[in-house]
Amino acid sequence: MTIGLEHYLVLSAILFSIGLYGALAKHNAIVILMCIEIMLSAVNIALVAFSRYIVPLQLTGQIFAIFAIAIAAAETAVGLAIIISIYRSRETIDAGKIDLMKW
Amino acid sequence: MFTENQYIWLIFLIPLLSFAVISLILKPFFKNKPKIAGYVTIAAVASSFLLSLWVLIQLIGAPHHELSVPDISWVIIEGGASINLGLIVDPLTGIMLMVVTVVSLMVQIYSQGYMKDDPGYHRYYAAMSLFTTAMLGLVLANSLLLMFVFWELVGLCSYLLIGFWFHRPSAANAAKKAFLTTRLGDFGFLAGILLLYANTGTFNVVELHELAASGMLAGTVLTWGAIGIFAGAVGKSAQFPLHVWLPDAMEGPTPVSALIHAATMAAAGVFLVGRTYPLFENSATALQTVAIIGGFTAIFAASIGLVQNDIKRVLAYSTISQLGYMMLGLATGGVAVGIFHLFNHAFFKALLFLGAGSVNHATKTFDMREMGGLRKAMPKTYATFLIGALSLAGIWPLSGFWSKDEILVKSLENQPVLFALAMITVFMTAFYMFRVIFMTFGGEYRGKEHLHESSSVMTIPLIILAVLAFGSGLFNITGGFGAFFGHGETYSFIEGFFGIFAHLLPWLSLLLAGLGIFMAYAIYNKKWLSAEAMGKRFAPLYKLFYHKYWFDELYEGIIVKKFLIGGIFRVFHFFDSKIIDGGVNTRFVQGFIVRNLFSWFKSFDQKGVDGAVTGVADTTLIAGKTIRRVQTGQLQFYGLIIGMGIIILIASLFLFG
Amino acid sequence: MGQVISFWLFAVIVIGAALGVVLLRNVFRAAMLLILGFLAVAGIFVLLQADFLAAIQVLIYIGAIGILIVLAIMLTREITMGSPSNKFRIPALIIAALFAGGVIYAVFNTPWQISNSPPLETTTSSLAVKFFGENGFILPLEIVPIVLLTTILGAIVLIKDKK
Repeated sequence: MTIGLEHYLVLSAILFSIGLYGALAKHNAIVILMCIEIMLSAVNIALVAFSRYIVPLQLTGQIFAIFAIAIAAAETAVGLAIIISIYRSRETIDAGKIDLMKW
Repeated sequence: MFTENQYIWLIFLIPLLSFAVISLILKPFFKNKPKIAGYVTIAAVASSFLLSLWVLIQLIGAPHHELSVPDISWVIIEGGASINLGLIVDPLTGIMLMVVTVVSLMVQIYSQGYMKDDPGYHRYYAAMSLFTTAMLGLVLANSLLLMFVFWELVGLCSYLLIGFWFHRPSAANAAKKAFLTTRLGDFGFLAGILLLYANTGTFNVVELHELAASGMLAGTVLTWGAIGIFAGAVGKSAQFPLHVWLPDAMEGPTPVSALIHAATMAAAGVFLVGRTYPLFENSATALQTVAIIGGFTAIFAASIGLVQNDIKRVLAYSTISQLGYMMLGLATGGVAVGIFHLFNHAFFKALLFLGAGSVNHATKTFDMREMGGLRKAMPKTYATFLIGALSLAGIWPLSGFWSKDEILVKSLENQPVLFALAMITVFMTAFYMFRVIFMTFGGEYRGKEHLHESSSVMTIPLIILAVLAFGSGLFNITGGFGAFFGHGETYSFIEGFFGIFAHLLPWLSLLLAGLGIFMAYAIYNKKWLSAEAMGKRFAPLYKLFYHKYWFDELYEGIIVKKFLIGGIFRVFHFFDSKIIDGGVNTRFVQGFIVRNLFSWFKSFDQKGVDGAVTGVADTTLIAGKTIRRVQTGQLQFYGLIIGMGIIILIASLFLFG
Repeated sequence: MGQVISFWLFAVIVIGAALGVVLLRNVFRAAMLLILGFLAVAGIFVLLQADFLAAIQVLIYIGAIGILIVLAIMLTREITMGSPSNKFRIPALIIAALFAGGVIYAVFNTPWQISNSPPLETTTSSLAVKFFGENGFILPLEIVPIVLLTTILGAIVLIKDKK
């Protein structure tokens, strides 16, 4: 069997949903961040797969993926900064316990 | 400048302007200079006097002695009757204008002295101006409706001026009594006016005269109309039985008594009968009524005046009596006879009142028992007062003699019984008048005040009025007055002046008058007979006269208290409280309506409306409480919801293309 | 043939790594597995003829982000807490499953227009042309550094000791 676009896309979908589950269902804020990274990676795979199979000469997907990676890095940095800041004041990084913005 | 005698409107409009100026400009802004109000009024009345003089001169020269003034339309009803306002200028008007303006002018000037330093100065002159307006308008009006308006206005001013010193309860009560009593008469007047209007369709006096003269207006309608009008006259002229207010009206300042209750307003009733005379002429019943009431009142009032101790009360009863004479004169001799006496009476009665005011200024009292010997201290007042008294008593050649003589002549012709009463009244008049003179000016002073003559601002009007009181009768010496009114012939001066003694009647009346003066002289001056002894001998009569025939007690005690309040009003009150309040209100309204209907309303309101309102509020609160639980503050919860949203979006994308 | 085996190998590794990240209790081990997953993703990029991208992936994801995550784990010593699941795991599972199901369904039901032209051998120069050439993505290329700058500043501000 040849590996077609569908394979990559299905792979991307599964990866994304795993990451989604982790982002919604974990206490540890850093783990949530890791799962967000997984989601971003899944999307990158899909982008590159589209680029490779539908418009291989134009490399649009790869360019998009480059930008996505750059931004992901930035976002991770900020996210971790936030987590560390919260840890400093609250001694916890439990996402469930940070709920001051409630009713 | 004015077309067709329209300047005549100014005669009563100028005093109205003076009233407006005093009340709207002088009273608020010039409170510290009250004298200006007096000057304004005097100026206004003087202008009216000059205009009236001019009118009189024009009248004498005009054909039929009439001037025409165009009407002003007031109410125009399409296809129906219109109400016009207009003036009638005939001999009656001319004479009345002179009377009113001259007496008013004298009184205004006199008031400058009498009312000096009174705190109500502005109010006094404002009311005086308004009164002059109303009186002049009354004599000028050609429509019964307009006349009624001014009639009421005159009554209002009388109320204001009688109750001028309103903080005195006696004055306030007197004002109220005057107003209510004349109101009773005015009710009759209005009824008469409306009756005539309903049957003729006009208020205009001239038209009514024509209708009455031609016989179109006759019978019971005419009689009752005339009697209704006469009822108003009875009220205003204080004839029996509505005479009770005039003596009490003496509570007002003396110039007010002089102007209003002697010379002008009281004479308004006589004037009214004169103005509507053709109505009376053509209804024998009405004429008879006038004569009887007039004649009776004359002797009735004179008898009461015999025993009063207050100088103004004597003069008040004298006024009522003389008004009775005027009514008798009108009924028996015609307009000229009655109005001639009104003309003379105005001057000498005003004079007498102002003299009494002057006396009051010096002695600070009106009670004659505390006076005496004033002739030495107040010569001018004494002289003028004496002239007035002689004129009133009817002594030749003063004015009162001439007019009273005419009345006696005519009443002898037409009403012999009343003539007899009138003759007795002559005696009484002379007696009570000279009783006043001797008690006030004769003998020695019984009081304690420091006596002095009044200032010239008060004595000059006295002198002017004395001249008129002396000589106003001479206007008819040559029969000119009567001729002016359209009946009577003219004769030469000598014939008129001395020829009067060719007849028996004047001798008789002079004799009676002389007897009266002599009696007064005997009792009060020379004390040959004692007044007290006479009072004891005639004790029942004395009591009757002194208590004014108990008419006040009758009216106030029995009629008002027992009959009206105790009787009729109590029935009304019973009806109202028991039947209406008790029955209808309690049983029906409260029992049925309130209990059932309103209680249903109440429960609906409480449960339904209030419930709905609170329900909305509660719903909002509960909804808020519930919905706010969404805001958990937990990040992942929000993420879940987002995820759910995405799934729903994808699903709907699939399902709905 | 080689492609098929490589694909399946990398696929299994990456999914396994992802599952490990999500399911493991030990945060540190989860972080390690994440890095393994990044490596597998880089492999997949190579399979897709995106060599430059694969290099970037390794450099940045593993070299920067992965290290950063490990650093953060070290700084926030919640080793005792570990990485438990919270109360939303069943709804999250459902949502994730539904999402995956939906996307897979969409994938299989869309007529993809697969192009016939072969992919480029070396992408670097082509990418460069795409970035810096005419009608290129030069603007986003310039903006991204600014974003990065802002991010760095923000992170520094956040981290700064407030005293």
